[in-house]
Amino acid sequence: MSLVKLDQVHKYYGDFHVLKGIDLDIKAGEVVSIIGKSGSGKSTLLRCINGLEEYQQGGISVDDKEVTSEDIQVRRLALSVGMIFQNFNLFPHLTVGENIMLAPTIVLKKSKAEAQTIAKAMLEKVGLGDKFGSYPEKLSGGQQQRVAIARALAMNPKVLLCDEITSALDPELVGDVLKVLEQLAKEGMTLVLVTHEMNFARDVGDRVVFMHQGKVWEEGNSKKLLSDPETEELKQFIGAVL
Amino acid sequence: MIEFSNWDILRNLLFAMQWTILLSLIAFISGTSVALGLTAVRLTRNPVMTRFVKVYVELFQGTPLLMQMFLCFFGLSMIGYEISAWGAAILSLTLFTSAFLVEIWRGCIDTLPKGQWEASRVLGLSFLQTLRHVILPQATRVAFAPTVGFSVQVVKGTALASVIGFVELTKAGTMLNNATFEPFKVFAFVALLYFALCYPLSLCSKYLEKKYHVAR
Repeated sequence: MSLVKLDQVHKYYGDFHVLKGIDLDIKAGEVVSIIGKSGSGKSTLLRCINGLEEYQQGGISVDDKEVTSEDIQVRRLALSVGMIFQNFNLFPHLTVGENIMLAPTIVLKKSKAEAQTIAKAMLEKVGLGDKFGSYPEKLSGGQQQRVAIARALAMNPKVLLCDEITSALDPELVGDVLKVLEQLAKEGMTLVLVTHEMNFARDVGDRVVFMHQGKVWEEGNSKKLLSDPETEELKQFIGAVL
Repeated sequence: MIEFSNWDILRNLLFAMQWTILLSLIAFISGTSVALGLTAVRLTRNPVMTRFVKVYVELFQGTPLLMQMFLCFFGLSMIGYEISAWGAAILSLTLFTSAFLVEIWRGCIDTLPKGQWEASRVLGLSFLQTLRHVILPQATRVAFAPTVGFSVQVVKGTALASVIGFVELTKAGTMLNNATFEPFKVFAFVALLYFALCYPLSLCSKYLEKKYHVAR
């Protein structure tokens, strides 16, 4: 059963046609990597899925609910779609614990004690159980990103969108973050990642979607697609990144 | 003719300075309140309301405070609304202060990364919840120093109220000068007293800037 469904989605920035009729069907538990050159529309696509960007034609639904960028709709959507950003976007004035507890307390109306239990559990999960009281600025980039993951998980999302979440990290910190994602994938979390980590896409991902010039140029089983690309564009892209 | 000793001059100036302080305080407090309201209006992102705030800011930033005071004092009485020099001074200083503070605070809110809004949004926070829990706590920290810094402009701005006949520090200086014919001495005292008011404020502003800016 499909969890995220895109049907002929078109998006324009003014005259610029960013997404040119995207069809995509993501099943629950699937790990989908979206790859492609910068400017191919992959981040925009991700941001359309949770309503951060408007689209002009077509339809997107998550868990059988239609996605529009209207505020109230986005908020309802936030309950099923989590998102992690390239720049972490932690709240710098709050401690790690408070960062995670904020949305569960004020959006889900959980009690403080309950939110705290969840926050601690999520921090344990990402391997940062001892950082509950620290401020984000005291953490490394990799740790901050793992806190961001914990913050998203605390809302118990059905699908997690990851927008180049390792691109701003020092190379030696990338592994820790990917390990967390791998663990989540094993637990059955649905992941949609815009990523440049081809090894991760191949080894952990189920499916790869290659975007080119605003279209889904090629997609399929990740191992097969990355080792045996059909189109010239994907061959070139793989040659350039590997 | 009465002889004025240095102490007499200073004593009279100090007495008048109370009014400068009071006028500054009231103007600053009411200016801050109006600015808070206007900032809230601006944050609603309603195009009409935003436009209104923009015009308001341009209007009161783009005209001399003295003209605003003249308009409040003489203009309002021309259209049949009697206003005291005191009232006109407070009104014009409030308009002036709020126009600048709205703009200063806009800068403070806009310097926060867009990602803060987006992260809040994808976590399901409403606009008001985002403001209250994410944006304002950060923006106020940034805003402290420039706001206190701007209060120096308010204190100095009160000097203009002397022109519409309100007896504060500058007006008292002019009067004492007329009585003593010692402009250098009298106005040096006046200047020193303004400095004594403003310098601690700018020190405070610098301190706040260090405290809140370097940490981030």
